[in-house]
Amino acid sequence: MGIWIGEDAKVLVQGITGNQGTFHATKMVEYGTDIVGGVTPRKGGQTVDLGSIQAPVWDTMVEAIEATDADASVIYVPPRFAGAAIIEAADAFTQVRGNGVIVCITEGVPTLDMVKAVDHVSSIDGIRLIGPNCPGIITPGENGGSKIGIMPGHIHAKGRIGVISKSGTLTYEAVAQTMSIDEGQSTCIGIGGDPVNGTGFIDCLSAFEDDEQTVAVVMIGEIGGTAEEEAAAWVAENMSKPVVGFVAGMTAPPGKRMGHAGAIISGGKGTAAEKVAAMEAAGIRCANDPSEIGAVLLESLKAAGLR
Amino acid sequence: MNIHEYQGKQLFRDAGLSVQDGMHCTSVEQALAAYDALGGDVVAVKSQIHAGGRGKGSLYDTDNGDLVMEGGVKIAFSREDVENYARNILGNILVTKQTGVDGKIVNNLYVEGGCKIAHEYYLAILIDREEKMPLIMASCEGGMDIEEVAEKTPEAIFRIHVDPSDGLLLEQAEGLANSLGLSGAATDSFVENITGLFNFFVSNDCAMVEINPMVRTEDNRIVLLDAKVGFDDNALFRHPEIVKLRDISEEEPTEVRAKAAGLSYVKLDGNIGCLVNGAGLAMATMDVIKLYGGEPANFLDVGGGANEEQVTTAFGIIMEDPNVKGILVNIFGGIMRCDIIARGVIAATQALSLEDPLVVRLVGTNFEEGRRILAESGLNIHTAETLAEGAQKIVELVGGEQ
Repeated sequence: MGIWIGEDAKVLVQGITGNQGTFHATKMVEYGTDIVGGVTPRKGGQTVDLGSIQAPVWDTMVEAIEATDADASVIYVPPRFAGAAIIEAADAFTQVRGNGVIVCITEGVPTLDMVKAVDHVSSIDGIRLIGPNCPGIITPGENGGSKIGIMPGHIHAKGRIGVISKSGTLTYEAVAQTMSIDEGQSTCIGIGGDPVNGTGFIDCLSAFEDDEQTVAVVMIGEIGGTAEEEAAAWVAENMSKPVVGFVAGMTAPPGKRMGHAGAIISGGKGTAAEKVAAMEAAGIRCANDPSEIGAVLLESLKAAGLR
Repeated sequence: MNIHEYQGKQLFRDAGLSVQDGMHCTSVEQALAAYDALGGDVVAVKSQIHAGGRGKGSLYDTDNGDLVMEGGVKIAFSREDVENYARNILGNILVTKQTGVDGKIVNNLYVEGGCKIAHEYYLAILIDREEKMPLIMASCEGGMDIEEVAEKTPEAIFRIHVDPSDGLLLEQAEGLANSLGLSGAATDSFVENITGLFNFFVSNDCAMVEINPMVRTEDNRIVLLDAKVGFDDNALFRHPEIVKLRDISEEEPTEVRAKAAGLSYVKLDGNIGCLVNGAGLAMATMDVIKLYGGEPANFLDVGGGANEEQVTTAFGIIMEDPNVKGILVNIFGGIMRCDIIARGVIAATQALSLEDPLVVRLVGTNFEEGRRILAESGLNIHTAETLAEGAQKIVELVGGEQ
């Protein structure tokens, strides 16, 4: 189970012939992801060596989905082409099979390109966009599983904790924290640190609430915007499963962009303190230190009679 | 990327928007010539720095720190006024509530023709992250601190979301004019300007445009009296003409150099340097240092695929800060292997003859190998297994040396 991506999802790689595309496609295959091929315009008909498999390449997403019936695509194209790649994937999934998951790893996509792409994707039912500027999504399996993105596969294990995060390495930290208390993960999703992205916290929380495998959720936020506050309000109203959290950026100065394009306190809004306060008020127990996420999660599991 | 007001005004002028005539000056002589060229009547003499709050800022002498003048934006009624204001501004330090206490040296002036103001408004266009579309904000309380208006009288701010597939609709523009209490010729002038400004925002990939104030003149025209324009860094590749407007002296030099090396660095006021992979983890590392009683000296994200050279550059940048008394390296090796990072740390500490205490926490891919390499280096490198342990160690080590 897990959410959106099954352990045996069939995955296409957009930009498979580029350095990043080939490198990460190989890592995904090593993990056990079913990479069924890729797309690079004008390179259709070639194959790409991914170690244990030779992946076929198509010119367009329509051709690739028609040939493979892929469930998902992962995008490693350069920033200037990423918006168009998302729209192409959305249209192709819609045309060929009516649904699909698009994971955009690319960092540095122009904001207005994302405004257009998100507007396009959200006008279509059945298409889910994750990212951009994110580590991707992983549903660990008993043996392997489906890793769609750039996260290190070996730190994960199949289990019952859902993980959602705006950040990459901090997600890995959260995963390691679940492992430190002998809990694995149902699905882990990096939603990305850009100001405008596809899937948000609430989409993930709602899916985890409905997922039978998931019993609790770890939610990692960071400064900027008000997505954490909105997610907290949603949790207070709708979530029956325990949620624990952490918010990065307590010491971040206002007006300075902290690495991620979206991580900025502007006009006094988007501070970590406000986010933690909103989350705690909604019953989301927050760790002060990422090294404590495991302990806080364990207490919440015990309180819910799950340990 | 931000630009100066005088550059923004020129872009507005080129886009056919309604701005006053004005001239960019870098000397008192140029300012006087601008006054004459603008007709020798009332002009505004405006300090050009990227930070806001210029009008309410204070100018200080660069050499002795004495207060020279209150207000970085002045209305001059005579040639003597222009000379006096230009002299007080150019080369001196302007401190506003956005510059920090150190302020900014003012090297550029904008001398702009005056106009007869009937009312001041606030106007801004930005991207609403939550609605994921452009947002136009306007208020009748122009010239004021908009954050104050937003807090005290949120109902005084009018908001219009623009659907990216439709663009700004005429009825939206007219509706906003109506909300602002405009009528007749002023409405027509406003609709023309807001439509042009929205097109400017989209076609130039702006991150934000703020006009505070936009004014209605006594003869019922709308004039954009301010121009605070910021561009989306991610989209600069398609606007080479805008990249040319960059004034690098307005940016923190170390941050500029870090960026050129593919690193993301922000200087802070503490004494514990941090070197981390990933923006979220880098922020969390700062937070945990603070939690254990220390003060972070910087934010530094080496990125997901940093190599040995980048790690060395990163150490160099951290150590340039004279306040740094110790460094915490926190790496969660995913794609990046810990053994490579360990070798990079050793190379950097040797190349830079680092003497300050160094705590290294390596987890993830090949962490055992990484820790072994550090342990066998014979260097004075402390290791930690968790972020909390790493933070506690560096805080103790730095505290012990003070």
